[in-house]
Amino acid sequence: MPYGPHTPGDRDRMLAAIGIGSVDELFADIPERLRASGLDLPPPEPELTLANRLQELAARNRTDVSSFIGAGVYRHWSPPAVDQLLLRGEWYTAYTPYQPEVSQGTLQSIYEYESLIAELVGLDVVSASHYDGATATAEAGLMTCRATRRERVLVSRAVHPHYRQTLATYFAGGLELDEIPMVADGPSAGTTDLDALGTMLADPGRPVAGVIAGQPNFYGLLEPMAAIGELAHAAGALFVAVVEPVSLAVLEPPGAYGADIAAGEGQPLGIPPQYGGPYLGILASTDALVRQIPGRLVGMTTDVDGKRAFVMTMRAREQDIRRDKAASNICTNQALLALAASIYLAVIGPHGLRDVAASGAARASELEAALAAAGARRLHPGPYLNEFAVVVPDARVVHRRLLQRGILAGLALADIEPGDAALADALLVCATEVTTSDEIAQFAAALGEELGERMDRVGTVAEVLP
Amino acid sequence: MSVTGPRLEPTLFERSSPGRGDGKIPHPPKDALERIPAEALRTTPAALPELNEPEVVRHYVNLSQLNFAVDTGFYPLGSCTMKFNPKLNEWAARLPGFAGLHPLAPDEAAQGTLQLLWELEEALAEISGMTAVTLQPAAGAQGELTGILMIRAYHRSRGDTERSEVLVPDSSHGTNPATASMAGYRTVTIPSAPDGGVDVDAFRAALGPRTAAVMITNPSTLGLFERHIGELLDAVHEAGALAYMDGANLNAILGRFKPGEAGFDVMHFNVHKTFSTPHGGGGPGAGPVGVGEALLPFLPHPRVLREDDGTYRLETEDERPTSIGRLRSFVGNTGVLVRAYAYIRAHGAAGLREVSDDAVLAANYLKSRLAGSYDLPYDRPCKHEFVASAHTLKKQTGVRTLDIAKRLIDYGFHPPTIYFPLIVDEGMLIEPTETESLETLDAFADALIAIADEARSTPALVKEAPHTTPVRRLDEATAARHPNLRWKGMTGRLMPCPD
Repeated sequence: MPYGPHTPGDRDRMLAAIGIGSVDELFADIPERLRASGLDLPPPEPELTLANRLQELAARNRTDVSSFIGAGVYRHWSPPAVDQLLLRGEWYTAYTPYQPEVSQGTLQSIYEYESLIAELVGLDVVSASHYDGATATAEAGLMTCRATRRERVLVSRAVHPHYRQTLATYFAGGLELDEIPMVADGPSAGTTDLDALGTMLADPGRPVAGVIAGQPNFYGLLEPMAAIGELAHAAGALFVAVVEPVSLAVLEPPGAYGADIAAGEGQPLGIPPQYGGPYLGILASTDALVRQIPGRLVGMTTDVDGKRAFVMTMRAREQDIRRDKAASNICTNQALLALAASIYLAVIGPHGLRDVAASGAARASELEAALAAAGARRLHPGPYLNEFAVVVPDARVVHRRLLQRGILAGLALADIEPGDAALADALLVCATEVTTSDEIAQFAAALGEELGERMDRVGTVAEVLP
Repeated sequence: MSVTGPRLEPTLFERSSPGRGDGKIPHPPKDALERIPAEALRTTPAALPELNEPEVVRHYVNLSQLNFAVDTGFYPLGSCTMKFNPKLNEWAARLPGFAGLHPLAPDEAAQGTLQLLWELEEALAEISGMTAVTLQPAAGAQGELTGILMIRAYHRSRGDTERSEVLVPDSSHGTNPATASMAGYRTVTIPSAPDGGVDVDAFRAALGPRTAAVMITNPSTLGLFERHIGELLDAVHEAGALAYMDGANLNAILGRFKPGEAGFDVMHFNVHKTFSTPHGGGGPGAGPVGVGEALLPFLPHPRVLREDDGTYRLETEDERPTSIGRLRSFVGNTGVLVRAYAYIRAHGAAGLREVSDDAVLAANYLKSRLAGSYDLPYDRPCKHEFVASAHTLKKQTGVRTLDIAKRLIDYGFHPPTIYFPLIVDEGMLIEPTETESLETLDAFADALIAIADEARSTPALVKEAPHTTPVRRLDEATAARHPNLRWKGMTGRLMPCPD
């Protein structure tokens, strides 16, 4: 065993102390007929061999491309200080700070995380933490039901499809989930349909607990959040804003437009994409909902000598205390990722974070112009921050061909929303501060060639662009 | 309130000074946001602290040194399997090919990771005796929810909608009943028998046509193998219910007991326990779930598939309508799963079996060393952990388990899990793991024995412990009554943006 310290002599001493002759005797209580038939796994590998295997597997992934994909996970510059600090064993090999006297580092860092996120979202209570943006959103939906004692939640169709699917899974235990359609055309195309929302909220037999909308939404568009919130509140429902934390350096925070709960994906705060996680589920609420919020809360207090100290608090919401009456079953969370986000925010600072958000917007403007010049116009006309959808005929095929040329041309929306005909010929693309002008020019040129080839084959532009 | 003790750190907010920190990324053009409607823009800047990198680094290094961790000392936290976290695995997860891969990258750009995930699923299926494994759940508790929702879907698919209860032993983790509630079920608690196992008669009496599932932790949270497990599982299936195994204690039975072979229908793995992925101060984990044939159609979406030509792909969005759906965004906590994969490949079958053998041996050795100093309520071999109790010691001296735990800190050890499971008076759940040397085990036993002596000779010394930490016992009541959950007071102190 590669990490075991025991010599044969050590084992003999332990067996003698216990008073048995063989370790098998310690497993005698497993009924004979239920003992394992065997264990068939590839043979153990020495560290060097295994390191080579892992490097070969990693090299088989294609991360050498110019990437324009976002769709909920964004490439950013993470200062090396973030990862180097995370690699301290005192952080990553500790566990839940059950013993506060020997966990003040983790506890203070969580309190600081709560404080930093509270500033970003403009809400006072921040839970630390949830698995990802999707589960944080699902927990937010459940919170609205507990708080209002109602059983129906409305989610905008313009919220990330994975978040909506996760909500549906979490609501399978007996709660109702309906989707608010998007505006189909006109200047607000691709955003939440306020008229439809009004109608859905007006159904007297089915009172709504919460309304969920994203800012920016999945298609990168800016939503009329204040108006959505007003409609929700007028119907006695709570308002949940799904947010992207870097954008909050420049966009109005949820607390300012009346959201009761903010949920979101913390990955953009210094956390690598790593094919899906571990990420960071951000969940925050107003003070009024503090007893309903699930997940860990750390508060400031004093010790017996009057020294300032930090401790897990309001634990009566948690599963190990309340069992079947708990606010959620969450136990292990994403503490190390909350730490990463805090270090990122501390290193990048308020002006740096604003620069990150504004640079993304500037690069995205550049991308929009370049793609338009190449013949790909936007799918929706409304304002966006740093992500938008463009119309590309046969988008899936073009997307695959561009990958062969070293360009990850965003997300073919038909891959994630196969049932939506309006999205069949569209790519969702984004830019951030790490996107370069060279990459944009290369993408536009390659796309122009692809579209040109298709036009040569098909004949006229009108037949290609719907 | 300000910092008042040596080794304590001011908060980031107290360290902030307007004008500090710059130079990380180029400044954007001034008109970058001009196309954004004014009503969508923030009017008051977020009052984040302004710091320079050297002080941020010192802040977090100093804070880290206030933590106890596996890398600093013995951490016998029962039910948490605080084993050594191999450093190769940290290196592997950070390889740019793994860390830089976008979760929606096309399958052809993700072949290395998809192969790793597929091989990990195969290995976990072999270890558990299950038919198939999903890697999607983000932690053990989410694995439980996945399992119970699949069981719900199974019953519904058979038109069986009357089942509304989940049976859970009273020694279970709190996540089990909390999960049952989240999935819309009522929890029925089953008492334990005096030998620590599930009370078989009470169990049989509670089973019936309303039972959807039974959740059993095996070995139990008392560190005991459920000796009547075959009988219990037969009864579950006779009642038409399904059996969920909480795999938190898998570290005890690798290569010795396969839940799938024994008749469990579904189980979760805690890779941050059994397969050494770091606990991260509270997470991340990953909670893969294995299923038998009955639940195969209901596995969460998407699965990782291997094609006949040896390539790998994810299921498409509309491929398997029987699925319970998605538990989270994207594929799973892949970065954690890379580490688990490396751990299993480093050990192989013989190594994993040795892991359990040594973990169980260490626990029984520690238990034998504590006999005479503490109550050991269950007089039979334990698995990878055991419960000791200060019941008698408290009666004799007034010293409680909490005091003993705090005093252990002065001796340089992390305390065990205390007052869990709930059914043992003054209990402490001790899990040494297989990566601790005999010298460490002896030093820990010596400390616990010394503390029992102190409880008799100088009880105040134990009751007021810890004495050596940067802070001592905390006022938790005030923290809960008057919650201070965030720093306030930075607002308005920001410098204008440098253009």
